[in-house]
Amino acid sequence: MRDVGIVSFAQTAVARDDRHNETEMLVPTIQAAIKQSGIAKDDLGFVCSGSLDYLQGGPFAFVSGLDAVGSWPPMRESHVEMDAAWALYEAWVGIQSGEFESALVYGFGKSSPGDLHEIMTLQTDPYYMVPLWPSMVDMAALQARAYLDASGKEESDLADVAARSQRNAKSNPYAIRSGDLDAKQVLAQPVTHDPLRDADIPPITDGTAAVVIAAGDLARSVCERPAWIRALDHRIEAHALGVRDLATSDSTTIAGERAGVHDGDIDVAELHAQFSHEELILAEALGLDGDTVINPSGGPLASNPVMSAGLIRMGEVARRIIAGEAQRGIAHATSGPCLQQNLVCVLEGN
Amino acid sequence: MAGNRVAVVGIGQTQHRAARKDVSMAGLVREAAVEALEDAGMTWSDIDAVVVGKAPDMFEGVAMPELYLADALGAVGKPMMRVHTAGSVGGSTSIVAAKLVAAGIHERVLTVAYEKQSESNATWGLSVPMPFQAPLVAGAGGYFAPLIRAYMYRSGAPRHIGHLVAVKDRLAALRNPKAHLHLPDIDLKTVEESFLLWDPLRYLDVCPSSDGAMAMVMGSEKVGDASEGAVAWVHGMAMRSEPTMFARRDQVNPQAGKDCAKDLYAQAGITDPRNDFDCAEVYVPFSWYEPMWLENLGFCDDGDGWKLTEAGATAPDGDIPWNPSGGVLSSNPIGASGMVRFGEAAQQVRGRAGDYQVELKTGKALGHAYGGGSQFYSMWVVGSEKP
Repeated sequence: MRDVGIVSFAQTAVARDDRHNETEMLVPTIQAAIKQSGIAKDDLGFVCSGSLDYLQGGPFAFVSGLDAVGSWPPMRESHVEMDAAWALYEAWVGIQSGEFESALVYGFGKSSPGDLHEIMTLQTDPYYMVPLWPSMVDMAALQARAYLDASGKEESDLADVAARSQRNAKSNPYAIRSGDLDAKQVLAQPVTHDPLRDADIPPITDGTAAVVIAAGDLARSVCERPAWIRALDHRIEAHALGVRDLATSDSTTIAGERAGVHDGDIDVAELHAQFSHEELILAEALGLDGDTVINPSGGPLASNPVMSAGLIRMGEVARRIIAGEAQRGIAHATSGPCLQQNLVCVLEGN
Repeated sequence: MAGNRVAVVGIGQTQHRAARKDVSMAGLVREAAVEALEDAGMTWSDIDAVVVGKAPDMFEGVAMPELYLADALGAVGKPMMRVHTAGSVGGSTSIVAAKLVAAGIHERVLTVAYEKQSESNATWGLSVPMPFQAPLVAGAGGYFAPLIRAYMYRSGAPRHIGHLVAVKDRLAALRNPKAHLHLPDIDLKTVEESFLLWDPLRYLDVCPSSDGAMAMVMGSEKVGDASEGAVAWVHGMAMRSEPTMFARRDQVNPQAGKDCAKDLYAQAGITDPRNDFDCAEVYVPFSWYEPMWLENLGFCDDGDGWKLTEAGATAPDGDIPWNPSGGVLSSNPIGASGMVRFGEAAQQVRGRAGDYQVELKTGKALGHAYGGGSQFYSMWVVGSEKP
């Protein structure tokens, strides 16, 4: 495997941006990531993005998104209809093949114009599930209940996660919500989707993220301390909720083992846990203990720009490694209802 | 080509139809995947990863459908990806899958592309009005017809050239049992007399709306060597993108297509495409795109594409057959159409194209796909021998 490192990261997130369309939101993010990388746009070997047409409400969201890059002269470029964490995976594979030495990866999406929770219903089986119209929060609540029943954990454990997330997010300028919340205050909130409360459910967020990755010598020449991608693995599970054990995340466990998560100390973990119970399930699946700081950014419970929230997990870990605040960390991204698909990335400093 | 050698060891394709009401979306993709696995002499457990491609989700109304298709494609417990690069997606999905092997990450990758157009209406799925964007309410044909008129003006091509392609590809499809359209009585007069959709495109100059899927199994050199059946080796693959609109953009003969072909030919050692390929499977959804792509892909000088078409050079018995399978004009499951081109090119060099097999001299074939406003390109060269 070739050494590949994250050398820059930029993001933006607000609760509702009604002044800019997706392309306009992307321009400053992409500019910042390219500038910070020290690699000229024309020298980037590849561009890859992640987005979802149904968020924008029209086909080809990625086509107008590409205008934020300005792909002229023509570029090597691709797109996944997945979280941009998988766009990074595609770019990483291309560098591994030796085709190019660097790549710009970005994700974007505005959840505020539509009804995100019902849009995500369209991810489910179109013949048997969609007609029942379960929202993403309805499905998450089923998983939360299955987890509490199987693990013996209490709603107060969910509240601990939700409160810590908002406390951690106080230092995150892109947090939609943050503050000195404690578990008691969370438990005082009404249950909206049993057993979930408002603080257990991610805030509607409009946002973008971009990273630049580069191979060995190039990464070293533009970045004093790149965040090296030591391993990347992702796995999917069955679609129907009824055939899965919702209290665990087998695909995360497989991806974590294959990525060698425990081959060293884990200073920090950024988990793409959209709901508080998901953080507990993921931490168990990855075997994380109290020595690892989980979601110091506040995670998706503080800021959840759909289609870039997974890539942001990589960026948040990378940013700490680049700054010398962490030596080794793991980033996780997810896709689909109830953690159906999971990606694990191990990042390390020099 | 960068990375390790890649072999296409199995290919499967559905019966293309206007509406495959006998299968669900999952059933459709599985039909192609099972055939590809059987062709490769493999079972589901042999596959390391699955890469799915299709055009916009709004064509069927399923968001990120790889999630729903994970079980049907045997991906549970494995890596799965979903590529979407507009009309070029079938080609770019093939390339993403091949790169997983070229990069040494997987030994055997299953890739599947599909569209089930009968679930919805693609023309209107393409034409959702967006705030602050120029409306394209006439679908793809309305977008491309002015570019075709510009080509006719530029090249001086006579009006019947498109109709010649419409007839040629439909007659070719008569030898392809899986093609959607079988029009044995088609001739120049029927095309000329079919109703006008978008000047100069008449009804029969235009691709159909199809339900269909295409699947391929890619393997490493080791897997290719061990394959009992014929193998197609990947000699090169390339993708290029350019913006939809900007002043002075040449939308008729786009730079991204030329750059993509140049990169591809350099990888595969192609210096004279008309002679170096035994055939080409090229994305021609509207008849006039054959002469236009002949020029863009360097099979002739600019302005001469229509002359090759008129002389019959691209017919199945011509010196450089284009779309001997019948092409997109005979079957168009949009998201799969690019992979059908890539896969049909591979079938030719494997000698597996049945009644539409071309004579193999160089043992190399071109697969091509394009999408968006003629702005996204994916191409590969496959050969019967190792690169």
